[in-house]
Amino acid sequence: MKKIPAYFLLTAAGIVMLYPLLWLAGASFKSNSEIFSSVWFMPDSFDFQVYKNAWRTVTPYTMGHYFLNTFLIIIPKTVFAVLSSVIVAYGFARFDFPLKKFFFALLLGGMLMPSIVTVLPMFLLWSKLGVLDTYIPLTVPYLFASEGMFVFILVQFFKGVPKEFDEAARIDGCGTLRTLFFVLMPCIRPAVISIAVFTFLWTMNDFLTPLIMIQSVEKYPLSLALRLSVDSTGQNYEQNKLIALSIIGLIPSITVFAIAQKKFVSGITAGGLTG
Amino acid sequence: MKKKTYRNPVGVSRFTGLLLISPFIAGSALFLIYPFFCSFLLGMTNYDGIRPPEFTGLNNYRVMLSDESFRKALGVTLKYAAFLVPMKLLVSLLTALLLAQEIKGIGIYRTVFYIPSILGSNLAVVIMWQYLFTSKGLVNQLLSLAGASPVSWYGDPDKALFIIVLLRLWEFGSTMIIFLTALRGIPKELYEAAKVDGCGPVRAFFAITLPQMKSVIFVNLILQTIAAFQEFNAPYMITGGGPLRSTYTLGMLIYDEMFRYNEQGYANAVSWVLFMLISAAVAVMYAVSAFLRRDEE
Repeated sequence: MKKIPAYFLLTAAGIVMLYPLLWLAGASFKSNSEIFSSVWFMPDSFDFQVYKNAWRTVTPYTMGHYFLNTFLIIIPKTVFAVLSSVIVAYGFARFDFPLKKFFFALLLGGMLMPSIVTVLPMFLLWSKLGVLDTYIPLTVPYLFASEGMFVFILVQFFKGVPKEFDEAARIDGCGTLRTLFFVLMPCIRPAVISIAVFTFLWTMNDFLTPLIMIQSVEKYPLSLALRLSVDSTGQNYEQNKLIALSIIGLIPSITVFAIAQKKFVSGITAGGLTG
Repeated sequence: MKKKTYRNPVGVSRFTGLLLISPFIAGSALFLIYPFFCSFLLGMTNYDGIRPPEFTGLNNYRVMLSDESFRKALGVTLKYAAFLVPMKLLVSLLTALLLAQEIKGIGIYRTVFYIPSILGSNLAVVIMWQYLFTSKGLVNQLLSLAGASPVSWYGDPDKALFIIVLLRLWEFGSTMIIFLTALRGIPKELYEAAKVDGCGPVRAFFAITLPQMKSVIFVNLILQTIAAFQEFNAPYMITGGGPLRSTYTLGMLIYDEMFRYNEQGYANAVSWVLFMLISAAVAVMYAVSAFLRRDEE
């Protein structure tokens, strides 16, 4: 009985948090006048035609094309990020080597570096190398464990795995990398899943990097396609179409979050990794 | 000279670790150290993206001092951070306290509060956020239901910044999760002992919870300050920096100078000033937290 006020407070706050999303989802089925006159999220009727129209977009390509582009970025990027971060974290967590303290400090310091400082020279470098307007600037940096946060989290996880595991593997004749991939990796699975999920979500959210690096509409990922749709529609446009478009753009993130939710929550809470 | 010994398993050379972290070493040289110095040097040139850069010393920084749009953008950025960061930390901490209770179904609530922080920075949500604040959007409709007069969110230079502050505040879930993790890590015995000594919940909060959370508050403060100083996406998409540049942040200024006006030298100089600002803010927070900790001992 004592807990009723807590539930009441949590439910009220929860509604405030989610109502904007709910209202917008409803708004995608409403006419302009209905959007701007109704606080209630439920539309009068559901007509999925708007989603069909939105899918076609006002650009030369359908949303399907932009989804494909996005996945062409996300899949290599996620694989690169996970592999490189795991290997580097393993080095930091299990081995002693010259300048170890210095490099770890560099890792932590790098996390504080604002991306706005590095993005301009990187743009110039990629342009000199002639790879602007390709997916190289968006994916290749992740081969180099460039997300310090990921390495840091993984190091914490490795420290939680008893060193006896490594020793046993070594006695059984496992080399350094085999120990990592066959013995230690299964132990840190929650962290690995978290990193993969976060790479996915962050890439879906990333706007500045593709905005700078990608110029041709043909190669646009979802976020740039959405911006293009906003720019090329006027004020009198049916607003619900733009909202429907945005909701379509959210589907991958919502799906991945829903699937991974249970598994990666332990990863976040244990490592302090967050959106 | 004493030779340093490296504590590694038998048969593992001291270079194995170095080899494993070699991607990181190469990566930080390429993507961290190189751009860092490159940006500093470009900031002292008049580079326009076409002609070879000429060294102009501190000229860009002199120009900045008298540049009205720089001063305005700096003011907007500081104001934005000053509103957003403390509010976000406070809301996160209070919600974390509520969500730390071990009651049935609490997992669902944790997810609900966390969702906006994951989806919120997605451009799709940023675009949709605009509709909540139009003259007849949800927010104004709710205001008129409550009997208040509608607000011209986009037309009023004093209000427009709050569209963005509210968007980012709504995304407090990530900060909250960090607090929540720390709260659950505080040993329960501390609270039990306090209770035996006749300490009420409010005093327990100030005597146990806050001191135990000090370092986590510091981490969140730094992470949120860095993010706030760099804000670009939301003003770019939602307000375009207006009205009257009241939402024109330093991030937008850097982007415009670089990619719209091709003032690449100047853009790099401004980004360096932003970097120095962030470093100064972090240094001050670090000094304060170190001072507070010493005070205790």
